[in-house]
Amino acid sequence: MIEVNVSKRLHTAEGPMDLVFNGIIEQGEFITLFGPSGAGKTTLLRMVAGLTTPDAGTIVVNGQPWFDSTSRINLSPRRRSIGMVFQDYALFPNLTVSENIGLALPREKRGVIVGELLEVAGLQELAGRKPDKLSGGQRQRVALARALALKPTILLLDEPLSALDLQMRLKLQDELLRLHQRYQPTTLLVSHDLSEVFRLSRRVFVLDRGEVTRSGSPTEVFSQSKISNKFRFNGEVVHIKPSGVVYIVHVLVGQDIVQVIASEREITSLKVGKRVLIASKAFNPLILPLDE
Amino acid sequence: MNPDFTQTMILTFQVAGITTIILLVIGIPLSYWLAYTSNRIKAIVETLVSMPLVLPPTVLGFYLLVFFSPVNPVGGWLDNWFNLRLVFSFEGVIVGSVLFSLPFMIHPLQSGFGAIPANLREAAATLGISRAKTLFTILLPNMKPGILAGCVLSFAHTVGEFGVVLMVGGNIPGVTRMASIAIYDRVEALDYATAHQYAFVLFAITFAILLLVYMVNRRFARMELA
Repeated sequence: MIEVNVSKRLHTAEGPMDLVFNGIIEQGEFITLFGPSGAGKTTLLRMVAGLTTPDAGTIVVNGQPWFDSTSRINLSPRRRSIGMVFQDYALFPNLTVSENIGLALPREKRGVIVGELLEVAGLQELAGRKPDKLSGGQRQRVALARALALKPTILLLDEPLSALDLQMRLKLQDELLRLHQRYQPTTLLVSHDLSEVFRLSRRVFVLDRGEVTRSGSPTEVFSQSKISNKFRFNGEVVHIKPSGVVYIVHVLVGQDIVQVIASEREITSLKVGKRVLIASKAFNPLILPLDE
Repeated sequence: MNPDFTQTMILTFQVAGITTIILLVIGIPLSYWLAYTSNRIKAIVETLVSMPLVLPPTVLGFYLLVFFSPVNPVGGWLDNWFNLRLVFSFEGVIVGSVLFSLPFMIHPLQSGFGAIPANLREAAATLGISRAKTLFTILLPNMKPGILAGCVLSFAHTVGEFGVVLMVGGNIPGVTRMASIAIYDRVEALDYATAHQYAFVLFAITFAILLLVYMVNRRFARMELA
């Protein structure tokens, strides 16, 4: 269990801002810190890592104090059991993929663990390459494998997928879930991508201007709609075609075009380019315009 | 070839080589500290390191001469306890050169450390890698152009050093007479042919060394772009 109660005054472009976070995270949980940039998400992650010192508070991990401002305890990052993936990966440019992954490991264990991680992350072919010869997705995997090498208690991910294109992001989200299931580290992910939050985490803390404004499961936090849906998608109307007494509305959902039947009354609030919500309640699909 | 000439050139490169090695050993920890510390005395240390850039070499040479003279407490102590006399000796020339070329080693190394992204050090820290291991496996290998520039500039600057060496070392053939002093000595004796020999060799060697640095650094820059 990880108890984080910290505060720190940050000096931002819009003046001073107080970052305050109080939360308890269970062993093995996958948490996201969601919010606009400048909300303090990365700083919070850095405080857990020991790279930034809070002004006051405590960080207690499995009963062991990592930081305590009253008794002046501040464990150096080197002595905290963490693995961190930086936003730009921070791979060591002079070392190969396997050297990057294995650098922190004691010599006698290095071969076995590096071999396993290379296999799990699908990097065997690239073991001897330097980071500058890798694609973004490959670098991300190396960074993740490196962060997992010491089997850390806490895995800290600072927007690890933000630099990648959609397809690669989806693929790596799956991979992240798989690795999380396999190694079970308590994971803190910083993200400002809503789909990532839904796909990856069980619990989300929403930060805004240094404060937690909401927390809970992603569905609790983000679904303000009162409908109890069986399923729901957000999309955009691309085409409306009359067909007898009804209309066929073509909606772009992700990469797919979905055809939805709408009545004349429903069609009055719809036009091409309108953002809509498609939901199915029991058996009848509903198509509703979204507030913008 | 004139045996005096050979002896002087060998001595010059010996002094430059030893000075460069000593500077590298001192320079790495000192520039590491200067690059990453937020200590208040950093400004003072930086100033002291940079002083030889603007201070007349004779000023430094004069104080070293006074300081290390056997009649002075420090010089006397070194003389009595270690049998080490730093005035008019090879060791004295080395000490003077090290002090005088210090900024030429420290500045390139310090900017080399500064140019390494902070998150590489942070990543190493989160992985529990010790500071010393981080220095040798991550920092130094990623600042080769800075190390090269520091060594070459220190070497070239020591080869061309005149004032400090003359003040501290004098002009003892085979002990403290370096090429730049030999030029002065030969010109005074109106032996322009030998003076030219020294001068031309120094000119050519300095040119070659600096050209090499620029070429190597361009190659490093291109490797980074690739």
